[in-house]
Amino acid sequence: MTFFLFLEQTLNAFQLGVMLFLMAAGLTLVFGIMNMINLAHGSFYMIGAYVAAYVGHLTGSFFIAVAVALPVAAIVGMAVETIALRKLYNRDHLDQVLATFGLILFFNELTSIIWGPQAIFVPIPPLFAGSVEIIPGVPYPVYRLVIIAAGLAVAVLLRLLIVKTRTGMLIRAGASNREMVSALGVDIDRLYTVVFGLGALLAGLAGALAGPILATEIGMGENILILTFVVIIVGGIGSIRGALIGALLVGLVDTYGRAFLPTLLRALFEDPSVADGVGASVSSMSIYILMAVVLVIRPRGLFQAYG
Amino acid sequence: MKKMIFSTVAALTLMSAPAMAAEPVKIGMITTLSGGGSSLGIDIRDGFQLAVDMRGGMLGDRKVELIIADDARKVGNAKQIADRMLKRDKVDIMTGIVWSNLALAVVPDVTKAGKFYLSPNAGPSKLAGKGCHMNYFNVAWQNDNLHEAAGQYVNDKSHKNVYIMAPNYPAGKDALAGFKRYYKGKIAGEVYTKLGQVDYAAELANLRAAKPDAVFFFLPGGMGINFVKQYAQAGLNKSTPLYGPAFSFDEGILKAVGDTALGVFNTSQWNKDIKNAANIDFVSNFHKTYGRFPSLYASQGFDTALLLDSAIRAVDGDMSKTDLFRDALRAAKFQSVRGPFRFGPNHHPIQDIYVREVYKDGDNITNKIVGKVFSSHGDAYAADCKM
Amino acid sequence: MANSTLSRKSLVLLLGLVVLLALPPVALALDEAFFISLFSRILIYALAAVSLDLILGYAGMASLGHGAFLGVGAYVVGILAFHVSEDLAIPFLPGAWTGTTSAVIAWSAAIVMSALVALAIGALSLRTSGVYFIMITLAFAQMLYFFFVSLVTYGGDDGVNLEQRNSFPLLDLGDDTRFYYVCLAVLLGFIYLCQRLVNSRFGMVMRGCKQNETRMRALGFETYKYKLACFVIAGAGAGLAGALAANQSEFVSPGLMHWTRSGEVMVMVILGGMGTLFGPVFGAIALLLMEEILAAYTQHWMIILGPILILVVLFARRGIYGFLAGDGGRDG
Repeated sequence: MTFFLFLEQTLNAFQLGVMLFLMAAGLTLVFGIMNMINLAHGSFYMIGAYVAAYVGHLTGSFFIAVAVALPVAAIVGMAVETIALRKLYNRDHLDQVLATFGLILFFNELTSIIWGPQAIFVPIPPLFAGSVEIIPGVPYPVYRLVIIAAGLAVAVLLRLLIVKTRTGMLIRAGASNREMVSALGVDIDRLYTVVFGLGALLAGLAGALAGPILATEIGMGENILILTFVVIIVGGIGSIRGALIGALLVGLVDTYGRAFLPTLLRALFEDPSVADGVGASVSSMSIYILMAVVLVIRPRGLFQAYG
Repeated sequence: MKKMIFSTVAALTLMSAPAMAAEPVKIGMITTLSGGGSSLGIDIRDGFQLAVDMRGGMLGDRKVELIIADDARKVGNAKQIADRMLKRDKVDIMTGIVWSNLALAVVPDVTKAGKFYLSPNAGPSKLAGKGCHMNYFNVAWQNDNLHEAAGQYVNDKSHKNVYIMAPNYPAGKDALAGFKRYYKGKIAGEVYTKLGQVDYAAELANLRAAKPDAVFFFLPGGMGINFVKQYAQAGLNKSTPLYGPAFSFDEGILKAVGDTALGVFNTSQWNKDIKNAANIDFVSNFHKTYGRFPSLYASQGFDTALLLDSAIRAVDGDMSKTDLFRDALRAAKFQSVRGPFRFGPNHHPIQDIYVREVYKDGDNITNKIVGKVFSSHGDAYAADCKM
Repeated sequence: MANSTLSRKSLVLLLGLVVLLALPPVALALDEAFFISLFSRILIYALAAVSLDLILGYAGMASLGHGAFLGVGAYVVGILAFHVSEDLAIPFLPGAWTGTTSAVIAWSAAIVMSALVALAIGALSLRTSGVYFIMITLAFAQMLYFFFVSLVTYGGDDGVNLEQRNSFPLLDLGDDTRFYYVCLAVLLGFIYLCQRLVNSRFGMVMRGCKQNETRMRALGFETYKYKLACFVIAGAGAGLAGALAANQSEFVSPGLMHWTRSGEVMVMVILGGMGTLFGPVFGAIALLLMEEILAAYTQHWMIILGPILILVVLFARRGIYGFLAGDGGRDG
């Protein structure tokens, strides 16, 4: 294993981590402020990916595609919040799990009716095709760098939003003490809808960005959803900073595991398919092991919500 | 929960010819119609359906009821659908499965129930050797075949240090075993990826670090599309040539990957430029009906229906004559679109295998045959089969 | 009033029992043997759902990882049968035991193994509560899922095929009708056991924990131990369901412990009526029949199921059984 390979894999880990952060930021806010488990968060990711794929196919422009996908995801998110989920904020988590599980089924089928059950393939935007040598001798795909940059930009913007704006102040207040915010006469319903829409928008962005490197298919939301839950549990519910650190941590653990474990295990097993099989599953297990360990040591995650 | 099962009863065109019997022959088709691997199942279904439609809804002069269900590439689904087709729908024949892991789970259930299974794609080594059965026929290939040809061809091109990759499932293992059976050089790396994996960034980084002088990969369906695209994005296509079986370079995939696949050599038992009456007829009818060119999966689905047609005709549509029906299947008296075709002792094909090159035909990116690697090629497991 | 609702409940249950008992001969007479295997599957999932309801409905522990125990039970049966057919000694066990296809041994082993796994998972998970509990049970189930995916010897992702069903002395489970009655007997037995349990002092403590755990602790109950015991019993029940499921489909795969499977079992509980012992049975029947029937009409049946689920959660918390049996549905 060379140093350059290690660096390249670190970039891959960052790219995954940034993707997870986009998902986790919205989910952790909804979790922290409304005390609501939303399994359907992955559906917004899928909607973002499908709308971007569809619009991109019609217009041929990646930027228009993303520009349309974001508001669509946000609007769907706000509509879902207003119609169904609002009634669930004061119910127990079990009800929320079930109702949003129902939403997953609904959105998966709806997507399948609109766009068909087959996976859609999205081309890399020509502007970002190809690769650059940011590390000498190791060309790295431009598009993945774009994802990393976009994710970091979102992290900075979110930070500004939360620290500098009135909405951000309310979000902070809501995360640490909900009753207080409503007691102060803030229109809490509107705040909830806005936060929900923001979360859906970020998930939609993650989906739209994921299209060109992953397959856009039914059920794509569930795979990333579970990872996202791990991220926010590890990071601490309600904390954006926790979501960022958790996302990068999970990205690193997953990518390093996938990249280096098989090589290490090759030394232990004769049969490479056994080594890779064990490597692949131990690396996917490693994320859950990480989460279990964190929860046993710190039952409320690494970071506390603002407060 | 992600199970989108449906049964469609094939549209039966009424024919003026006298019906042999009131009851149609029931054929159960379990295939993959949703998710990442769906293009394969759709092509198999469409190829099979085309053959039925071209005969006015009949095979062997008997009406056919085709019951189609989607397995979503999940073994559990396929098992459950098979149970339903055998017990509730009471089918006579089953076919359609794309993936070897599903075939390994379902085929024994079908043969145990005394029914016939005709594989239009999956040909795992176990079913060709120790696990062979007199009621199981493979109309496509034994899994290793195309990879063996690729191994031979990479050898012929005198590559000495090859990196090989396949998904971690039975057909993936068969693939790399088949490749290594004929390739004589060094292996720069042997990697098994997760079935259905879509992002190959980590694997590609390792591949680059291993510095091979060629790459052989077997990643069917959507996995192949992503891999070929990401391979090009990483700039590897300029330095290291890719080789693979036809699965990663069929019509559907070429449309998705575009120019990046140009010049790649791949092995196949069929191509649309094979000149025989059956194939010319098949390609033009397929294109007319579906508005796209057939893939090798479609050709296999079509051939499966043709084989059935010949065998049902041989027993005059009387499906209760199982022994005669089996003999007729074994005789394989039909004109395969791939040219010469017969069954070996384990009911797997003995056929020619070609090498094709991806080229640009006008605006269309497609394959042309550039040579023949094997003639009348059987498989390595026939000797283990005690029928 | 109390009398009339009681009899309504008894009537519903009696009717249900008669239907389930009469199903195989009727199905055979109609030449629809498929229904016997469909209903065997339903009874098995009903067993899993009842066991989940024990912790969900009675003890208020929302576990999203119940599929793990289903999978462990199924794999015990699958692995034992695999070693018989391959004539291979089981690794990590003393002696050179080459497995068994005996139902008595394999099913007992399945119960014991899943109980042990539940003990381990429960001991760690019960340190958390609320949303963290949901997530940590989910995480453990996913961990087991990937563990079994990695067991290449036992088929990895593809699972293990059983050559035939387990055998009882003098009883051939290969026959679908007999297997169906075994499933029915096991389900009724488990429900009886649970009934005894929830009406005992133990059950009182569990319900007390659900309402107010702090108060129960103040009253001097070691709630952690009670909850853990309950979790283990539920895990064992699901393990038995897993063993039956392996026999029913003659196939075992990690798919059994995927989180969507846990979600499905949870849906059965809620649909049928949480906090009742018979509710989950109705839920399992409803969900799997709905799947079977709707799927025949439209491939997009889940677009109907999804909203139904939301509506049930929002407006019909008592579920099907509560609706059918009236107020008397609550048996505890």
